[in-house]
Amino acid sequence: MKQQVLVLYLNTSGLDSEVLAWSFYDGTGKTNPTTGDSDLPPYDTGTEALRDGWRLFQASQLLPPYPGHEYDTSFLKHEFWFEKLE
Amino acid sequence: MATTDHLLSSVEVARFVAHGYHRMDAVVPAELNEEAIEVFDAGVPVVYRGEPVAKVFEEGSFTRRLLDVPAVAGALRSLVGPDPLVDHQALHVRSPHEGAAQALHGDAIIDTRPDAFDVQLMYYPHEVTGTMGGTLSVPGSHLRRTNESDTGRYQNLRGQTRLTCPAGTVVLLHHGIWHGGRRNDSDRRRYMYKIRFNPTVPQVRLWDTADLHDPRVAEELSVYFPWCEHATGRLEIYNRIKLWRAMTGDAAFDIDLWATRVANRPGRAA
Repeated sequence: MKQQVLVLYLNTSGLDSEVLAWSFYDGTGKTNPTTGDSDLPPYDTGTEALRDGWRLFQASQLLPPYPGHEYDTSFLKHEFWFEKLE
Repeated sequence: MATTDHLLSSVEVARFVAHGYHRMDAVVPAELNEEAIEVFDAGVPVVYRGEPVAKVFEEGSFTRRLLDVPAVAGALRSLVGPDPLVDHQALHVRSPHEGAAQALHGDAIIDTRPDAFDVQLMYYPHEVTGTMGGTLSVPGSHLRRTNESDTGRYQNLRGQTRLTCPAGTVVLLHHGIWHGGRRNDSDRRRYMYKIRFNPTVPQVRLWDTADLHDPRVAEELSVYFPWCEHATGRLEIYNRIKLWRAMTGDAAFDIDLWATRVANRPGRAA
């Protein structure tokens, strides 16, 4: 059994919000995804991925900003990890 | 860099502050583009110098003539000022069907300067088509505080730019922008020549400021990018306001009270 991993970056902390960025890692070896290989996301929202059979196994925590760094921006905030097994 | 003509306007610099790059299509003459391929095939060493342009590149050399192209000279002066230092140069070559893309990254290391930035010149001597793997970049990502390739997990973002351009295109990038060379799926070699510049003067009103109060300045600084969470997009505008204040010397500049409201503490010291 091999794992396919889909990472979706959403607009808010809600799983039903819009996909802003995405990554795909394919343990089956059938595809070879890489940086900058598509301009359209595979799903419009996180729940759309659920409906297509992807199993959520991790979601970003909601962490308050570090004191003094409230206005700093860094990594994408709302990261959701999904898997399929083949 | 000989000329002070062709300076950028305030609206163009505001666009740079928001997007993190200034793009100039086909500004380098054809004969210089043809010469570039010969120069590049002869080899361009990676050189870290931290010295003035005149000391790094001989008068009349290919690079000096590239930097003297009026549009290039004017845009560089508008962003880093006169007499910048050459931080380093590098030639990036992607062979036909080279199988791997670079991970999304920012160059150098995490950089927290609130009132200064380096500019990276990227020059493309030939046409770059969609299959040639032109540079991927993420408009508006340059103020994010991330270190080098820690962003390598991100493969695709809405609104990312997969560069295609005519021969002789030059792009000036804020040092922090997320970018990476893409996989070259074509039959042609792809060249990109990069030079990083460090300013030697405060980066304050270095451009043509005749339009400083044009309402389009605030419009440019207020742009939202489709890859960015809406809430974080507001913080991006706040951070652009801070940078614009530094670059104009106008400590009261604001857009829709984003910076003013959160500094308002009646009866208390700031």
